[in-house]
Amino acid sequence: MVGISLTVNGVSTTAEVEGRTLLVEFLRDTLGLTGTHVGCDTSQCGACTVHVDGMAIKSCTVFVGELDGAGVVTIEALSERHGGLTPLQKAFQDHHGLQCGYCTPGMIMSLTALIEDNAKPSEAEIRRHLEGNICRCTGYVNIVKAALAATGQLDSAMSASHDTSRWGT
Amino acid sequence: MHPFDLTAPTALDEALEILDDPDAQPLAGGQTLIPTLKARLAAPAHLVSLRRISELRGVEADAGHVTIGAMTPHAVVARQARDVFPALAKLAGTIGDPMVRNRGTIGGSLANNDPSACYPSAVLASNATIVTTARQIAADAFFDGLFTTALDEGELIRKVRFPIPIAANYQKFCHPASRFALTGVFVAKFATGIRVAVTGAGEDGVFRWHAAEEALGAACRPETVEALDLPDEPMMADMHGSREYRAHLARVLTARAVAAIES
Repeated sequence: MVGISLTVNGVSTTAEVEGRTLLVEFLRDTLGLTGTHVGCDTSQCGACTVHVDGMAIKSCTVFVGELDGAGVVTIEALSERHGGLTPLQKAFQDHHGLQCGYCTPGMIMSLTALIEDNAKPSEAEIRRHLEGNICRCTGYVNIVKAALAATGQLDSAMSASHDTSRWGT
Repeated sequence: MHPFDLTAPTALDEALEILDDPDAQPLAGGQTLIPTLKARLAAPAHLVSLRRISELRGVEADAGHVTIGAMTPHAVVARQARDVFPALAKLAGTIGDPMVRNRGTIGGSLANNDPSACYPSAVLASNATIVTTARQIAADAFFDGLFTTALDEGELIRKVRFPIPIAANYQKFCHPASRFALTGVFVAKFATGIRVAVTGAGEDGVFRWHAAEEALGAACRPETVEALDLPDEPMMADMHGSREYRAHLARVLTARAVAAIES
């Protein structure tokens, strides 16, 4: 067992964990923070994305035992901190950026990290940033639209050409 | 996943001491190892996380070189090496996806030596030096076939020291799902000559395309590459691409990299 002390959504937590306990298991099973989803459990889909020390990571591919002293932020904290849905969350609602909603917590956490770095990402930058977040419902169009709307650039950007660089050059 | 003990020391000496135990294995960024453990393809009794060892992180530039700590995540290399070695920064910024880049490390990638990983091509083409806890290893002597390197048991990569080329470029044809290089080519031009390293294609992992290096040394133009025979290295073949396809990609991507360097 490993003794850890970390901060999750601003709350200090101390625990004894097995070496193999993944961060997402700790969040969901120990802390009851079930907003973070397990999609593929193979590090591909990004539904489990959370922020560790300000960086978006896949919580299914990190051992919580490595995170002594770290600060973790999950989807639950966003609306609590903002006092309601964040502009990005509101834009997902307004622009139908989800259908089944399973990937949405990961989408929101991933795009929140992008917007913190880049206040006005282009459509191409948004699409490239979402390479690690898989959605099997929407076809991504409304997710990208929501990200553009949340950053105040919906009108100008949706007519821009689609990024094809993700298919290789 | 099978159970194991996990230790996360803050000092390199402490990590090395624990790793003296043959049942202990190092854990770098975990972006390959953790999925491997989940698939039960590896079952170490003890994992030693290197994440908290601060001396293993960082990007430092000095006269003609950039040195990257083994535990530096790809995203940090992409940001911090941009001014000094833009081709390396570009490569780091196209590995995996943003979340993987925030966690995966250069040391983990090199020690794993996945035949489709991006970093080995930059290290080999740049003639970088791998500085370990025991010695310095030249890139030409480091990569030793699929998932195999010159590292001994218990020997860790501390940092990688890259000579900065006059010009360099990385071209990768991404596997559309995994983002690994179906084939990737790193071309680096130095005062002493041109080096071309191909990843994702060779049956024995990353390799130098000597015929291209020689020809480009005489005339550094895309047409030079287009006129060459395909590389005669044994190529990988799988459901994603035949041997011929990968060899062809190697030539096309090398020509593109040369075009980018010369433009």
